[in-house]
Amino acid sequence: MAKAVKRIKWKHYANYIVIAILTVVFSIMSLSGSLTSSTIYLLEKIIIAVMLTVSLSVVVGFLGELSLGHAGFMCVGAYLGGKTACLLQPTMGNSFPALLVSLVVGGAVAALCGVIIGLPALRLKGDYLAIVTLAFGEIVRSIFMNSSSESFGGSLGLTTPRYDKNTLFIIALVLVLGCLAVIQNLIQSKHGRAITSIRDNEIAARATGINVTQYKLSVFTIAAFFAGIAGVLYSFSNYTIQSTKFNYNYSIEILVMVVLGGMGSINGSIIAATLITILDIKLQTILTGNLAVLQDLLYALVLIILVIYNNAPALKGFRERHTLKNYLYKFSKGKHDPSHRADDEAKWDRVPTKIEMNEVLSTEFQPTMSTLNPDQKGDFK
Amino acid sequence: MEIIETLINGLSSGGTYAMIALGYTMVYGIAKMLNFAHGDIIMVGGYMLYVTMITAGNPMLGLIAAVIFCVLLGITVEKIAYKPLRGASPLAVLITAIGVSYLLQSTAQMIFGTAPKMVIIADMGNFEVGALKIPYYTIVTLVCSFVIMIALTMFVKTTKIGRAMVAVSEDRGAAQLMGINVNGIIMITFAIGSALAAFAGFFMLMKAPSLSNTLGAMPGIKAFTAAVIGGIGSIPGAMCGGILLGVVEAISFKIPVIAPYTDAIEFMILILILLVRPTGIMGKVRREKV
Repeated sequence: MAKAVKRIKWKHYANYIVIAILTVVFSIMSLSGSLTSSTIYLLEKIIIAVMLTVSLSVVVGFLGELSLGHAGFMCVGAYLGGKTACLLQPTMGNSFPALLVSLVVGGAVAALCGVIIGLPALRLKGDYLAIVTLAFGEIVRSIFMNSSSESFGGSLGLTTPRYDKNTLFIIALVLVLGCLAVIQNLIQSKHGRAITSIRDNEIAARATGINVTQYKLSVFTIAAFFAGIAGVLYSFSNYTIQSTKFNYNYSIEILVMVVLGGMGSINGSIIAATLITILDIKLQTILTGNLAVLQDLLYALVLIILVIYNNAPALKGFRERHTLKNYLYKFSKGKHDPSHRADDEAKWDRVPTKIEMNEVLSTEFQPTMSTLNPDQKGDFK
Repeated sequence: MEIIETLINGLSSGGTYAMIALGYTMVYGIAKMLNFAHGDIIMVGGYMLYVTMITAGNPMLGLIAAVIFCVLLGITVEKIAYKPLRGASPLAVLITAIGVSYLLQSTAQMIFGTAPKMVIIADMGNFEVGALKIPYYTIVTLVCSFVIMIALTMFVKTTKIGRAMVAVSEDRGAAQLMGINVNGIIMITFAIGSALAAFAGFFMLMKAPSLSNTLGAMPGIKAFTAAVIGGIGSIPGAMCGGILLGVVEAISFKIPVIAPYTDAIEFMILILILLVRPTGIMGKVRREKV
């Protein structure tokens, strides 16, 4: 009797396993005291960047809505979490439960903000939604900046309790693992497929009975929750938080990481966040003083060139001929086999626009020369 | 009296916002892209003004130089950064625009440094009638911006190029079939938007003479907000949105309790208006067809 064996695709869990192994390794290293404080600082920054990028990637890469206010959610989490820890300090000290409570509070309030911002988002689309999220980020920042010094520190910033770096670091590693587990499982579940179908064609998704409203709202909430958690971690890792950090440029930085990592790819987001953060901190130590501006210039140029190379319609043929995969294939097999496609290769490499989908679906679609085979041309004469 | 002063102030800064917003809205209407680098064109214009005023010492000459330079810059940016991406996803174009914005800011910082430059255009004093006291630059800004806006409306409504612009924004494919040079129209749109940005930069420096490489960032975002409030893609909408935002800002500055929250209030107005009218005050509702 043949029994259907459910094949576990290890490929899908590779990133998870790698990060789990890294968590164990770094935990042991930090407990044995072999990590320097600068390494821990770098790793903390990477963890925060990975959490932010992965959570934004769900909104932009999988739901297909542009959000320019991710730093706003992080700001809410950082302030609320930091304040909770400050309030708990007299009774509970710098204990683990206090940290846990502040993480939960920061995440929950940020998630609540996600719901609040998600509600108008249901009525809006595309660029209108982008500007609303941007406005939200600026509103949050302005409120915290003008708060009284007793409540949230105002323009001076809020000082948070100092936790033991090693404990905080391990907790952060476990949290990023949790974040990845939740988001990875969500994307690979049937809900994840529903979310991607909304991205690809909202009207068709609605017609097939997918509750678009509910999915959009829950994606916004989940993304906001993890951004809030990242904010709480940031507040403890920096000891002090200032609202000027969370301006719209920071939201855009996160968005850039998502785009450079590849839209709709969780692994890409993780890699991009890690590399950019390392590069950022390394360059900050090399380029000091007047040279610091070179870093921004370099980023801007790389960003423009990469986006044009990856998206320009004129370069499509060139891109397809010169992929890394093709080169690897040539290297291993000696010749290039264009018919070779992996079973899950049907990934999208760019966002199909709504207008484009309409064109494809409409009855007025006219075949252009590129869609015709050369030998079929005769029929149209 | 203070109410009238506040209102005139608001109208004047609203005129500046409206001119920047026009740049956003026209580019959006015709090229269907959010030009995030538009705010930084203002900054570049400001630096051009600064350089001309140091070498020639004449603010009018500076304004002309700034307008010419901004027009050339706008066209160059469009040709190099946005044109290759025509037909690609809107998100890709947006990210490129953000890249261009960073590029302009960091280039300006590399050439001129981080310290703010003082650009004192002219000290014209105040216009006084009885208890009413209005600085002259407010009146100049108000009059100029309204004249420019009326001229632009006339240009779009009556000239051949203006009609072609409307046609391209309605339906690019159909416009091309009617023999309109779409690429040329897009170039002209960028040129007009950049020229308006240069004027707006001139008015902004007349009001507050401090010039740094982030001069255009916040006004850019606010003007973008104004364009969305008015309904992005609509020229009268951008004017309305800009003036509304300017007046709200001026009133909010005058009330001490809410003055620190001025930015938050302006963005709140955006969210509220979009909740009531999801396409802005004058935006067209486009039905999505399957």
